[in-house]
Amino acid sequence: MSDQLWLWAIPALPLAGSAICGFLYLASLPRRGAPAGHAHGGDAHGHAPAVAAHADEHDDHGEHAGSGPGGMARLAGWVACGVMALALALAVKGFLDLRALDAAQRVLESPPWHWIAVSGFNVDVSIVLDPLSSALSLVICGVGFLIHVYSLGYMSADKGFAKFFAFLNLFVFAMLMLVLSSSLLGLFIGWEGVGLCSYLLIGFWYAKGWPAEAAQKAFVMNRIGDASFLIGSFLLLRLFGTLDLSDIAGSVAGLLQSGQHDTELMIAGLLLFGGCCGKSAQFPLFTWLPDAMAGPTPVSALIHAATMVTAGIYLVVRLNPLFAASPTLLLVIAVIGALTAFIGGTTALVQRDIKKVLAYSTVSQLGFMFIALGSGAFAAAVFHLITHAFFKGLLFLGAGSVIHGMHEEQDMHKMGGLKAHMPRTFVTFLAGAAALSGLPLMSGFFSKDEILAHAFAHGGVYYAIWGLGLLTAAVTAFYTWRMVALTFFGAERFDAQHVHPHESPAVMTVPLMILAALAVVGGVLGLPVVLGAPHLLDQWLAPVVQPGREILAAAHGGSLPHLSHATEWMLLGLGSVIALFFAHRGFHAYKAGIRRDEELSRKRPGLADFLGEAWRIDSGYSQKIVQPIKLVAFVTYVVIDQFGIDGAVNGSAALARATGGGLRTLTDGRIKTYAIWIGSGAALIAFLWLWS
Amino acid sequence: MNVPTEHLLFVAAALFSIGVLGFFLRRNVIVVLMCIELMLNAANLTFLAASRAHSDAQHVNLVGPVFAIFVIAVAAAEAAVGLALIIALFRLRQTTEADSVQEMEG
Repeated sequence: MSDQLWLWAIPALPLAGSAICGFLYLASLPRRGAPAGHAHGGDAHGHAPAVAAHADEHDDHGEHAGSGPGGMARLAGWVACGVMALALALAVKGFLDLRALDAAQRVLESPPWHWIAVSGFNVDVSIVLDPLSSALSLVICGVGFLIHVYSLGYMSADKGFAKFFAFLNLFVFAMLMLVLSSSLLGLFIGWEGVGLCSYLLIGFWYAKGWPAEAAQKAFVMNRIGDASFLIGSFLLLRLFGTLDLSDIAGSVAGLLQSGQHDTELMIAGLLLFGGCCGKSAQFPLFTWLPDAMAGPTPVSALIHAATMVTAGIYLVVRLNPLFAASPTLLLVIAVIGALTAFIGGTTALVQRDIKKVLAYSTVSQLGFMFIALGSGAFAAAVFHLITHAFFKGLLFLGAGSVIHGMHEEQDMHKMGGLKAHMPRTFVTFLAGAAALSGLPLMSGFFSKDEILAHAFAHGGVYYAIWGLGLLTAAVTAFYTWRMVALTFFGAERFDAQHVHPHESPAVMTVPLMILAALAVVGGVLGLPVVLGAPHLLDQWLAPVVQPGREILAAAHGGSLPHLSHATEWMLLGLGSVIALFFAHRGFHAYKAGIRRDEELSRKRPGLADFLGEAWRIDSGYSQKIVQPIKLVAFVTYVVIDQFGIDGAVNGSAALARATGGGLRTLTDGRIKTYAIWIGSGAALIAFLWLWS
Repeated sequence: MNVPTEHLLFVAAALFSIGVLGFFLRRNVIVVLMCIELMLNAANLTFLAASRAHSDAQHVNLVGPVFAIFVIAVAAAEAAVGLALIIALFRLRQTTEADSVQEMEG
């Protein structure tokens, strides 16, 4: 069916909302020349003039003080939430329409937009709703809607209120475009669009200085991945002659049978995976994600936990036959995933900033998703993506509520004992923590267990990946409950004279409660087979991941690796025991306070620093890459530019000036001298004439 | 009395040399101007001498005398302009020394 024009409305609604919010923001600005309502010192912002000129309106961002936005801006908030609600309703309608169809025919497609039509190269972009994009658009619109509502409260005192919602809506548009587009080029619009919005929102409080730097870092790191993505797309275009995602996915099997393009397929997959490494914050490109926490907390929840960073997972699942075609490629993905999971998890162990813990945790959980992809468990990756969107969105919003209530304090060493002050945040945070740490029967438990089971089933090298995953699961449980204990339990380590923790308003806590419910029961989407219940998500996604599964099964001699029920029970039990044990250890070690952190940094300062700086990868980049490039740039500047090019330019000028200086002495103003020149010239001519 | 042409040319060369030397060595602009007249007249004498040398009893060559008359006309005009400039210079500077005017130095 390709007549579903209404599908275009799903991405178009947030885009329209973004435009309206943008206009409302501009309309709410004080008129040029009108007396400013608040006094500001422009010298406080050490930025480029263009930024400083603009910064006046955002001076007290983050202080949650002052008068807050006016009526225009308030309207923008409601518009943004309204379009999100409408988009969610449409996504639900799409889901219901799809469900009413036969499993094999579950595709709804909008009329195409003939974007590019030159001889031999056509790009038609249409909006496609199939089981995968439907599931993801539900997550994006659902979690997105809750985070929009939450932001009404969180950003309520911010001068850039309307602008914030304009960016947030624009992000949702780009993300929906990414998952709903039928063509790789349309996907690329979304891919770059979410990157742009991520940049804008990380740097939302650019007047503070470091958010602007973090935004640039995120943009540049993503650009490295995007270059790889683009080259991969070109390669796919050359191999398949089309950029249509379903055509590519459908033609891989045929190309594989011809057996002539295996290497090209693998390189294309590897390049696309490079793009995923950037967007989904995988080793070695993950260093931007922890810095991205400089943005407002709802942004961290929506973009840097729930949706944008899962774009890489979506891409791999969407093109699953391409990735399934090469066992080497799958192994690379699994190894990178396991490495990232472990690095992220261990780094989260020692962080003091509550948002940094969650950021490294996100890096680590994204690593888990790539372990699933590398094990060929595409549905399991999507399952973890969805549960992670629930519980990590919840944890970020909970952390935002804590930060909000603590007057912008993010250091857990200066918190403690908050459970009495903010009970609703506390209870919902517990639900999120339980899901993240994989406590039995929570959503994260089922999704993580499924991933580890798939890795285990592959055997061979994958045992090592499974082991690293299990280790990371233990670490995850530990740091999650360390965070809970440091934040909500123990003595109050803040200055009670100046800080009065308070519960957040209902507009913030109600989304928390809804997400908490989802984080607890989200596991029903994918109950393990051994429990006898149907794996709902697996069945739902089957039409999308079937081609990849068939290729994988063929490579494994007819059937996918399978575990006996006894083994599965054993793995489930092992996962439960590890999660419970390490959650308990983490909680009790930090229930009393920060003594354990102090002991670690006293006894093992090297280790504490090493983990605290995320395995020194950032400083390694600085030493091994940035400094040499700066050196080369300096040498180029001095030798080629200053000496060579500037020397040539300045040298020719000096030559002309010296020549002129020499010649000017000829015209000394004396008539006699001129006469001598004229006379000798005449004599010379006469001489030559007579002589010849 | 038949003066040889060589003698006439010799006198003309002597007159021209005196004019050139005077032009370069004298400082007074009026004298410089007079030296230019001297050189012009040396040229006139050469024209007339050459004209006479190319004439015979039946044929009188008039090219030389015509040139000489032209030169005299031009010299008159030149003297008028030159003297006017000298008067203007004297009004400006109270001097007729050529070397005292160097304002056009590059």
